[in-house]
Amino acid sequence: MPDLTKTAPVPDETKAPVADPSAVVKADKARSLWGDAWQDLRRNWYFVISAGLIVILLLITAFPGLFTSASPTTGDLVNHFLGKPELSKIGSPEWFGYDGQGRSVYARVIYGTRASVIVGVAVTLAVTLFGGLIGMLSGYFGGWIDALLSGFTNIFLGLPFLLGAMVVLQAFTDRSIWVVVFALAFLGWTQIARVMRGAVITIKQSDFVQAARALGASTPRILFRHILPNVMAPVIVVATISLGVYISAEATLSYLGLGLASPTVSWGMDISGGSAQIRVAQHILIYPSIMLSITVLAFIMLGEAVRNALDPKTR
Amino acid sequence: MGRYVARRLLQMIPVFIGTTLLIFLMVYTLPGDPVRGLFGDKGADPATLAAMRHQLGLDQPILVQYWEYMKGIVLHFDFGTQIASGRPVTDVLGDAFPVTLRLAGMAFVIEIVLGLGLGMAAGLRAGRLTDNVVLVLTLLIISIPVFVLGFIVKSVFAFELGWIAPNVSNDATWGELVAPAIVLGSLSLAYVARLTRTTMAENLRSDYMRTAVAKGLPRRRIVGVHLMRNSLIPVITFLGTDLGALMGGAVVTEGLFNVKGIGGTIFESIVRREGTTLVGLVTVLVLVYLFMSLLVDLLYAVLDPRIRYA
Repeated sequence: MPDLTKTAPVPDETKAPVADPSAVVKADKARSLWGDAWQDLRRNWYFVISAGLIVILLLITAFPGLFTSASPTTGDLVNHFLGKPELSKIGSPEWFGYDGQGRSVYARVIYGTRASVIVGVAVTLAVTLFGGLIGMLSGYFGGWIDALLSGFTNIFLGLPFLLGAMVVLQAFTDRSIWVVVFALAFLGWTQIARVMRGAVITIKQSDFVQAARALGASTPRILFRHILPNVMAPVIVVATISLGVYISAEATLSYLGLGLASPTVSWGMDISGGSAQIRVAQHILIYPSIMLSITVLAFIMLGEAVRNALDPKTR
Repeated sequence: MGRYVARRLLQMIPVFIGTTLLIFLMVYTLPGDPVRGLFGDKGADPATLAAMRHQLGLDQPILVQYWEYMKGIVLHFDFGTQIASGRPVTDVLGDAFPVTLRLAGMAFVIEIVLGLGLGMAAGLRAGRLTDNVVLVLTLLIISIPVFVLGFIVKSVFAFELGWIAPNVSNDATWGELVAPAIVLGSLSLAYVARLTRTTMAENLRSDYMRTAVAKGLPRRRIVGVHLMRNSLIPVITFLGTDLGALMGGAVVTEGLFNVKGIGGTIFESIVRREGTTLVGLVTVLVLVYLFMSLLVDLLYAVLDPRIRYA
């Protein structure tokens, strides 16, 4: 897998939806960047579809029991593995068939959502906080602080992402969700740091920052009350898109056997397990793969929609 | 130009030292012991273990080990010895590296040709059917994790249609590597296509394009010279860091198609805690990354005459 977080700026694609005339009239009233972005998002079908999918995924994450009555971890060997998927029985344990230990593939797909979504969200939060802080300090203070922090960032950037994460994970014998989050965040923060640094360098020359300084505002106040709200847009865009990428990375690591470990239910592990039976029982492999791809797709689409809404160039 | 390159090379030294030191520390603070691992479940007496550790230099403080290791690389091109097999790491690299280089190189070519082609097709017709098809297609490719894509390619083309063999033989001929290379390059291909599409669609609206059209230049020249040259910079930036990423990311693809490249070696050395082998392989990847980013910076000057390196 190519280095996942080093996604170069993914181009913006959906054309900004043409605002209908009534909206233009309403827009005369001054709106903030965020108000504007929200108006834009509501009319973007990328956003509507991805937000719908994400709401469902979050529901499954929070209440997997609502979607299936079967247990993902206990199986009945009577159902040993060749149980053909019964696609007409929507939502029943036998919907997607059974795996080698007689566990319902549907229940495992449902319960596997939790690991993926939690890892994606937690890693994104962690890298945004840490990378954002490093980037902000480096951009605002410049000089030797910048040289030091940028050097630090470049060192982490030179490490291949997946390989680094594999080495970190190998250090833990008991690999819970939080260990995986730590490994991905440990190597993933560089992109946000660079974006944040660039944005802060541009904005710190602005008049309003000079004015705040002239009025005697303290450095933390300037940083968090004046600069931060104005550099959030590019950071949010990068963070949303990378959420999908981290979910994909977690699945890849689990697939390699270096990510999550049983009894945590994870799509990556199930796909890896199913790959051994690819010739005889493809359903074990197919359904977690479909669910994984849909989840990644939902978050990447959301990121694109948010970028189009926040990027003034697409207006 | 010469002075710029020299300065860049000097600037690479701290990054190189930092990255290799980081991976060194990460590997050597791992729990587990490669020497003990040699003896299996039975174990050996402590004196033998201590003697072997001493012989391998593993009883030294970490920074001393790092210093000795780097001295070996720089002075004698000696990347250490693989503990399990006793082979020099350069030998192991010599076997595995050409295969991965061929695989990543093919993926890279596929990525450039198809990615640029699709991106141009979409960018020149922004907002029309071709554009939308390319956008949806690339979005799907980005969303499907590489190992899932590998299984799709394997089951369709190897198992159902029988066009390719499911596993690559030990010779890893060019023909056999086509399918793995497509899988490996697919994600970057999608990024390249989208990046090309966006920059082209943006530049199409620029003043110099209008001037070129107004001068009555033929379309080939407008698109091929004026538009391409200006649109390529972000794409080149992406491509520059991508070759190294492809080689590092080959772990999954090589495992799927049974290619005997550095991916498998890296995986094995992580699981076995073979510090020297792992550090050696990653060092090579870091060198590739640093070299490519230098190359990209030099290419900027070729593409954009406004950028000059005095």
